[in-house]
Amino acid sequence: MKKLLIGNEAVSRGLYEGGINVVSSYPGTPSTEITEFLSKYDDIHSEWAPNEKVALEVAFGASLAGARSACAMKHVGLNVAADPLFTLSYTGVTGGLVICVADDPAMHSSQNEQDSRHYAIASKIPMLEPADSQECYRFAKEAFRISEEFDTPVLLRLTTRIAHSQSITDIGERENAEIKQYEKKPAKYIMMPAYAKAKHPVVEERTKKLIAFSEICDFNRIEMGGTDIGIITAGDCYQYVKEALGDSVSVLKLGMLNPLPEKLIRDFAAKVKRLVVVEELDGIIETHVRSLGLPVEGKSLFTPIGEYNQDTVRKVFRSALNEKADCEVNVPVRPPMMCAGCPHRGMFYALSKNKITVMGDIGCYTLGAQAPLTALDSTLCMGASVSGLHGFNLADKGQRRTACVIGDSTFIHSGITGLINVAYNSTSSTVIVLDNSITGMTGHQQNPTTGYNIKGDPASKVDLEALCKAVGIKRIRVVDPYNIAECEKAVLEETASDEASVIISRRPCVLLKSVKAKSPVKVDADKCKGCKKCMTLGCPAISIKNKKAVIDHTLCVGCDVCKQLCAFGAIESEDR
Amino acid sequence: MKTTNLMIVGVGGQGTLLASKLLGKLLVSEGYDVKVSEVHGMSQRGGSVVTYVRFGEKVYSPVITEGEADYIVSFEKIEAARYLSCLSNKGKIIVNNQEIDPMPVITGAAVYPTDVLEKVKESGVFVDEMNALDLAESAGSAKAVNIVLMGRLARYLGIGREKWVKAIEETVPAKTKEMNLKAFELGYNYEM
Ligand code: SF4
Ligand code: SF4
Repeated sequence: MKKLLIGNEAVSRGLYEGGINVVSSYPGTPSTEITEFLSKYDDIHSEWAPNEKVALEVAFGASLAGARSACAMKHVGLNVAADPLFTLSYTGVTGGLVICVADDPAMHSSQNEQDSRHYAIASKIPMLEPADSQECYRFAKEAFRISEEFDTPVLLRLTTRIAHSQSITDIGERENAEIKQYEKKPAKYIMMPAYAKAKHPVVEERTKKLIAFSEICDFNRIEMGGTDIGIITAGDCYQYVKEALGDSVSVLKLGMLNPLPEKLIRDFAAKVKRLVVVEELDGIIETHVRSLGLPVEGKSLFTPIGEYNQDTVRKVFRSALNEKADCEVNVPVRPPMMCAGCPHRGMFYALSKNKITVMGDIGCYTLGAQAPLTALDSTLCMGASVSGLHGFNLADKGQRRTACVIGDSTFIHSGITGLINVAYNSTSSTVIVLDNSITGMTGHQQNPTTGYNIKGDPASKVDLEALCKAVGIKRIRVVDPYNIAECEKAVLEETASDEASVIISRRPCVLLKSVKAKSPVKVDADKCKGCKKCMTLGCPAISIKNKKAVIDHTLCVGCDVCKQLCAFGAIESEDR
Repeated sequence: MKTTNLMIVGVGGQGTLLASKLLGKLLVSEGYDVKVSEVHGMSQRGGSVVTYVRFGEKVYSPVITEGEADYIVSFEKIEAARYLSCLSNKGKIIVNNQEIDPMPVITGAAVYPTDVLEKVKESGVFVDEMNALDLAESAGSAKAVNIVLMGRLARYLGIGREKWVKAIEETVPAKTKEMNLKAFELGYNYEM
């Protein structure tokens, strides 16, 4: 059956047909939909785990017990899961295990541009990389077979363009869904030195077999065309090469990125005059080709930065570009911003107004860094706000008023360990948990603090207050971020206190269906003096027209935050 | 057969995703090879959004680069100018003349170039301008801007009207079907 699927949905279909029984993941753009689509199948277990390390260990356990399992994460999530990853390479699997990892060249929604192919090489785990949805489907399905045949987890690497592009996919039926018999195998699964030492040679032997496989497997293929130039490429870059150069060049299209073939590359090199590797991010294929002693070009022609497209290829090979339309206008940038009525806004206003130094974290609230709120001082990685604040305070020794902000989901992901450190190694840090009852930025996934599971069914719910108390925090208070005075009071008192504290800023995300918008507020033009105080909130519903504030009734959700700022009482609620 | 390149641009939250879903469904049922590409995530929080739709006999790249687009459907005025360089100098733009202030304009760091469409027209490309928001509201919901604009696009793509209607019926929620079909007609029949 032919369908137009985004890469992520095609991956989920492939995993499903390949016989998956268990999927455990943490959301992360651009990987999230893989798990979301899998959660629609009722004959498999799907879940959101607290973080990627937990997710991969769950997949490991399920594989150990004989089930086919998978997890999906974004590139930086693989950093979190790297600990189990490297040793899983030694244990291998019982049921097939597939780890989907989505890189984000151009950083559409990420804090760095790391190339996860390095992980495949470093952990000696085979990696496949599809170039369209049909391949997403087929590679995901076959990944289970490779995993079981070679006794190894398999990495399936995507990039944003593959994960989020739709193309036609011919899908089939579910197979091999039975769970294998569990057998206790200490030498395979207990990785203490004696057993691990015996396992390492097995891994090296496996790599040799995988290289032999990569020489003949149908993941890699040669498409002969003109022989002046031969291009080795993979993933979305293959599409750009074909689009730009068509049959004027020959192409070695790689679908298996680790380990890379040797003979196949030599044979291809022998057929062409000039050998060029086209790959986004790092020169990984190029380095391999060079290690074979073959003359090759790659990163001397193509940047290691950002996404490519067909023009990137055209420019390097000097083929004709298209004639474009053009006009001279200064188009203002349109960055993403927090929604009108976002519950984070009131708290950010309180922090910004009182010039608090704020360590930030990863989520919608990272947008609090932008003008006009400019409330953040740093954003590094999941959970770093809490541990970073502790370190900052150790060095700053109380000169500045400091705090950190972290969302509910991120706090559970890896903020809680930092909080334990704050309590244990005692700094007077103020940790603000922005509890909007959802994982917002990635498109509203449930998490352990929401009380619902991936399918939206009621589930156990973390009691954040009790949790913070249990790790040793004595000062814990809950505020409503729609109440600016309350936020300011809490922030000023807690940042002045010489004890560690947690402020839970609690209000659900306005985009949740369960949240009913109130009627919009409006500006009384006679009372408005055009002082622009309300503009300091950065609410997208408010703008200034003819020197007076106006509020867009289609955007305003009636949170009343701006109303609290107006000294002239010009912002009024319509009758509610 | 040459590949047709079409871009849908606008502001996160304006319903561009539904428009591309509708278009994808329609083009597949017409038997084309189709690629539709859009970036989900951060940019959808009120940021500038773009969807690439490419169809023909065989489509490789999922994206559209400078001068390649045959059509741009812009849900907002300045977004048409932002992506203009992707349009071929023989291309066509369908634009909803709505103005949505981006944050730098709201904060006063930048001004909204209100004459932007005149500038776009000066570039020599064909501009089909309409107030899709008004038409959507008269169809019953401001949210139907996307379907109004798809109605307009239907005049250019040479795919039978009844096929659009069928694709709309299959894409939109049942209870908004009538309203959306009305929105489609209003966009299609609008006189410039
Ligand atoms: S999605 Fe929710 S949490 Fe994110 S910016 Fe919008 S209102 Fe705020
Ligand atoms: S009440 Fe004010 S701050 Fe809240 S959404 Fe409406 S305009 Fe924005």
